[in-house]
Amino acid sequence: MSSAYGGAHDAHAHHGPTGWKRWAYSTNHKDIGTMYLIFACIFGLVGGLISLLIRYELQEPGMQLLAEGDYHQFNVFTTAHGLIMVFFLIMPALIGGFGNWFIPLMIGAPDMAFPRLNNMSFWFMIPSAIMLVGSVFAGDGAGTGWTVYAPLSTSGHSGPSVDMAILALHLAGASSILSSINFITTIFNMRAPGMTLHRMPLFIWSQLITTFLLLLSLPVLAGAITMLLTDRNFGTAFYDASRGGDPILYQHLFWFFGHPEVYVLVLPAFGIISHVIATFSKKPIFGYLGMAYAMLAIGAVGFIVWAHHMYTAGMSVDTEAYFLAATLVIAVPTGIKIFSWLATMWGGSIEFKTPMLWAVGLIFMFTVGGVTGVVLANSPVTTAFHDTYYVVGHFHYVMAMGALFGIFSGWYYWIGKMSGRQYNETLGKWHFWLTMIGVNLTFFPMHFSGLAGMPRRIPDYPDAFAGWNYISSIGSYVAFASALLFVYIAIKTITSGERVGANYWGEGATGLEWTVDSPAPHHTHETMPQVR
Amino acid sequence: MMMVRKAAGAFVAVAVAMLAMARSALAQAGFGAPTPWQMNFQEAATPVMAEIVTFHNFLTVLITVICLFVLGLLLYIVWRFNAKSNPVPSKNTHNTMLEVVWTVIPVAILVIMAIPSFRLLYKSDVVPDVAKVREWYPEINVAANPIDIKATGNQWFWSYEYPTERVRFDSFCGMGPIEGACFEQPGPQGAPANRPRLLETTEHVLVPVNTLVRLLVVGQDVIHAWAMPAFGVKIDAVPGRTNEAWFIATREGTYFGQCSELCGQGHGYMPITVEVVSRARYDAWVGQKRADLAVKDGIKFAAN
Repeated sequence: MSSAYGGAHDAHAHHGPTGWKRWAYSTNHKDIGTMYLIFACIFGLVGGLISLLIRYELQEPGMQLLAEGDYHQFNVFTTAHGLIMVFFLIMPALIGGFGNWFIPLMIGAPDMAFPRLNNMSFWFMIPSAIMLVGSVFAGDGAGTGWTVYAPLSTSGHSGPSVDMAILALHLAGASSILSSINFITTIFNMRAPGMTLHRMPLFIWSQLITTFLLLLSLPVLAGAITMLLTDRNFGTAFYDASRGGDPILYQHLFWFFGHPEVYVLVLPAFGIISHVIATFSKKPIFGYLGMAYAMLAIGAVGFIVWAHHMYTAGMSVDTEAYFLAATLVIAVPTGIKIFSWLATMWGGSIEFKTPMLWAVGLIFMFTVGGVTGVVLANSPVTTAFHDTYYVVGHFHYVMAMGALFGIFSGWYYWIGKMSGRQYNETLGKWHFWLTMIGVNLTFFPMHFSGLAGMPRRIPDYPDAFAGWNYISSIGSYVAFASALLFVYIAIKTITSGERVGANYWGEGATGLEWTVDSPAPHHTHETMPQVR
Repeated sequence: MMMVRKAAGAFVAVAVAMLAMARSALAQAGFGAPTPWQMNFQEAATPVMAEIVTFHNFLTVLITVICLFVLGLLLYIVWRFNAKSNPVPSKNTHNTMLEVVWTVIPVAILVIMAIPSFRLLYKSDVVPDVAKVREWYPEINVAANPIDIKATGNQWFWSYEYPTERVRFDSFCGMGPIEGACFEQPGPQGAPANRPRLLETTEHVLVPVNTLVRLLVVGQDVIHAWAMPAFGVKIDAVPGRTNEAWFIATREGTYFGQCSELCGQGHGYMPITVEVVSRARYDAWVGQKRADLAVKDGIKFAAN
């Protein structure tokens, strides 16, 4: 065995297992982060492929892909697409991937507080993914929508599929709760001397707030779907109106999780682009404290607005009025963030490298998604928009262009640090512009479909909706092509990209992660760095 | 390249044809269905929807201005502060005045937005009485007697009941009086323009014009949602609870809507059709329906 350890001994090297054991047994935050990123990439492609099937089916009136009468399969597609993109692409990439890689690097810690727990968090995701993908093939598949509303998910679905999907969510939820405990402990206790909370990088702030949101909201989801499980299998009646239960109770519980969840998806992206914008403007971030507390405000208010997803469920008018007002409030801290990013760029000496393009794209696209969110906050207008394609357009602007642009921005920004090799700038820019065209073609026309009244989650539609749907479908093909281009860029970078040094972005990159080599060695910050 | 050009050409041709169709459909009065390449709401057939349209127009202008403002700033920054134009970055990171301004102005905008929003919410959400409707809309000659309709969502059709008139019927998706005809593809000519595919039902809900209609909506099996875009009505049909909504249609005609809460495989195939007719025609229809019902299951209704 001793020969396997090789010659590169130094005083601190703890030689862990090699080969497959290095990954399977890994307690190293960088290796776990890498596994999360690969996991996210694979499932992003799976989820993207499913969205392609959805768009192909909706390309023209009538049935394209599915047989006449096989409408349930369409609902299975939309359900799988939603759950995969939320739980197996965005969360693993932003939190598991970048969070694991860069929290210790940026706060000057040698690793996460609980390395074994970290390993467990990742490996919970595998059975979770197997269960979810398996639910598509076992039985008829779960066609409940990602919200899994009762009673469609209880009395409306027999067979094992929905049970499997619920258990997949349990596992993914447990994984996220464990990660959150780990991240919070790490951030609170393992910062380098001198890095007070008010000197913490904004990415760390975003991860801290995100993990708190997860820690407080996921247990509620776990309880809600456990009750679904017992309603389905053990004769309870939590959501069964005919036996004294209430289907609306499920909606309240789900959205108490579901609304903070959308901030879980986007806050880490905000954190990433704050660094990207500062780096490429060669300026410190504008209004640092305002930025940090704006995220805190978004997170806090995010917990008290959930029922704006339920305006048509039949709530009392005063309740609706409260949720209308509370929801409007979120626009204020979001506006602070948008304007602070612009002010960071103002007076800068900006280089528009690929990460910066994604960041600037995010600013504008998120503004578009944000303002339609303000429209939707107004419950009388949402009477018209609820469950139409306007809502689908809105949330894809904040998810596919907010969260996903943040992921790409972070990937291009940090890939040199993670792999030691730099991406190809020309290809990176092609990737950005192709995606930009694709997603806008896909999602902008959805606002028109929604205005005209097209409901969500239908496999076929009245002929009048054909035009904008055709454009959306073309856009989705462009967007998927750009995703394939990304896979090519990623493989090319890792195998044959140009080698880079510790700080390859120059004067604008100021965080602790730029003080260590590229690729970051297996163990970093073994002697505590001092901040200022 | 040829293929692309051909496809683009065909696409433009289809677009032009669809626009022409849209115009002819719009010319038809009181026809509440979506039109090809539609970019805005359907024409309002109730005063509440008219107010929603007005409010939404205001919101759209507002958000467009905000987006253009952000875009303008971004473009200026790209032009003025790129590394070539501005080689030496400034070091400004704080401006308290600016930060206060971009907090206070959005708050002011939101307050301005919230006032009409609350007003419209309280008006549209709570079912009013006839006196209230007359007070709100003096220009409408509101009929003295409101009518009640109970709509029940089933997998996958709607059942309707007029408790006072003692009329009830089921309404399926379909091109004609055949259950489930909706699931079939239309013929080579497509669906007739006045009976759009996936929107037409086997039986229309009839309501008299300028009459307050109080709607009670429940779900039989899973959650559905009764929606009528031209009326500004959308309300979930939840098992075990009775939701209420209201409308007062001011234009005679036929209006189409679709189920708006995922309810299983037939979700896209349970449309809603409301026909707004004169009082006389409505009364005649009620008489006819009651006669039909009496024949169909005489005992129950004749005994009442």
